[in-house]
Amino acid sequence: MEEKVITEIKETAAMPRLGERAPAFEATTTQGAVRLEDFKGSWLILFSHPADFTPVCTTEFMGFAEIHPELRKRGVELLGLSVDSVSSHIAWVRNIEEKMGVKIPFPVIADLDKKVATLYGMIHPGESKTETARCVFVIDPEGILRAMIYYPLTTGRNMQEILRLIDALQTTDKHKVATPANWKPGEAVIVPPPKTQEMAEQRLKEGYECKDWYFCKKKL
Amino acid sequence: MPCINEDGTLTPSAKAMLSALSSPITSEEVAKSTGLPLFRIRSSIREMLEAGLVEEKEGKYVATKVGRAKIGG
Repeated sequence: MEEKVITEIKETAAMPRLGERAPAFEATTTQGAVRLEDFKGSWLILFSHPADFTPVCTTEFMGFAEIHPELRKRGVELLGLSVDSVSSHIAWVRNIEEKMGVKIPFPVIADLDKKVATLYGMIHPGESKTETARCVFVIDPEGILRAMIYYPLTTGRNMQEILRLIDALQTTDKHKVATPANWKPGEAVIVPPPKTQEMAEQRLKEGYECKDWYFCKKKL
Repeated sequence: MPCINEDGTLTPSAKAMLSALSSPITSEEVAKSTGLPLFRIRSSIREMLEAGLVEEKEGKYVATKVGRAKIGG
């Protein structure tokens, strides 16, 4: 009994952390064996779905396929994952193309031994002991984990939010700014708050659109 | 194997990659000339290195004699 509990904890406890190097892996996918390092120099969205041939996942795959060209324009690759075999993935993506008219252009990891799912904390036993939750990991070109989203089995993800997240992260990197709630490209961004009293006094004279010394925005 | 079929023949994308490797070039240059994503080039080159179809020369890759024979070159 105790051994079973320990094994379960080991399988599910690993959780990657923001700002740290994303855990390395090598995995079998629908497009051959890939390693995390193969994506170096590109942004990567690693995402999991609970199972092939299920309705919510099918809508999500069509959604990811739809935003794929926009992601590629932003230098982002997609990599799916579930605890299914590569044959199941191939049959499913062929079915999506045949029945829904949508070609799935990105690789999908067949994580039958749950190796990658365990590394990334994708299995949440309260939801399902055998299926991965709807997780999204945004990994930057240097291999650093920059954002994570976790959705339950019942709830399909919002593709526009994923695009918005990528735009926000890339804007932050390029301009060294932060982005406010509901920010969209083209809107004002947040100027990082001053770190000293002297900087705070200066801030209000710097020509930004300020509510107060700690809350200033600017247009890019 | 994504590049090599069970009967030893090459997949269309592997042929395109090997054709691009007629002279030593980087994986980034292969991605540019074939239009395939860089991660696929890196993964496929690894497989073709193991199969002896490609060799590495100072950070660049080139098709071997065996590799060239596979595409009739």
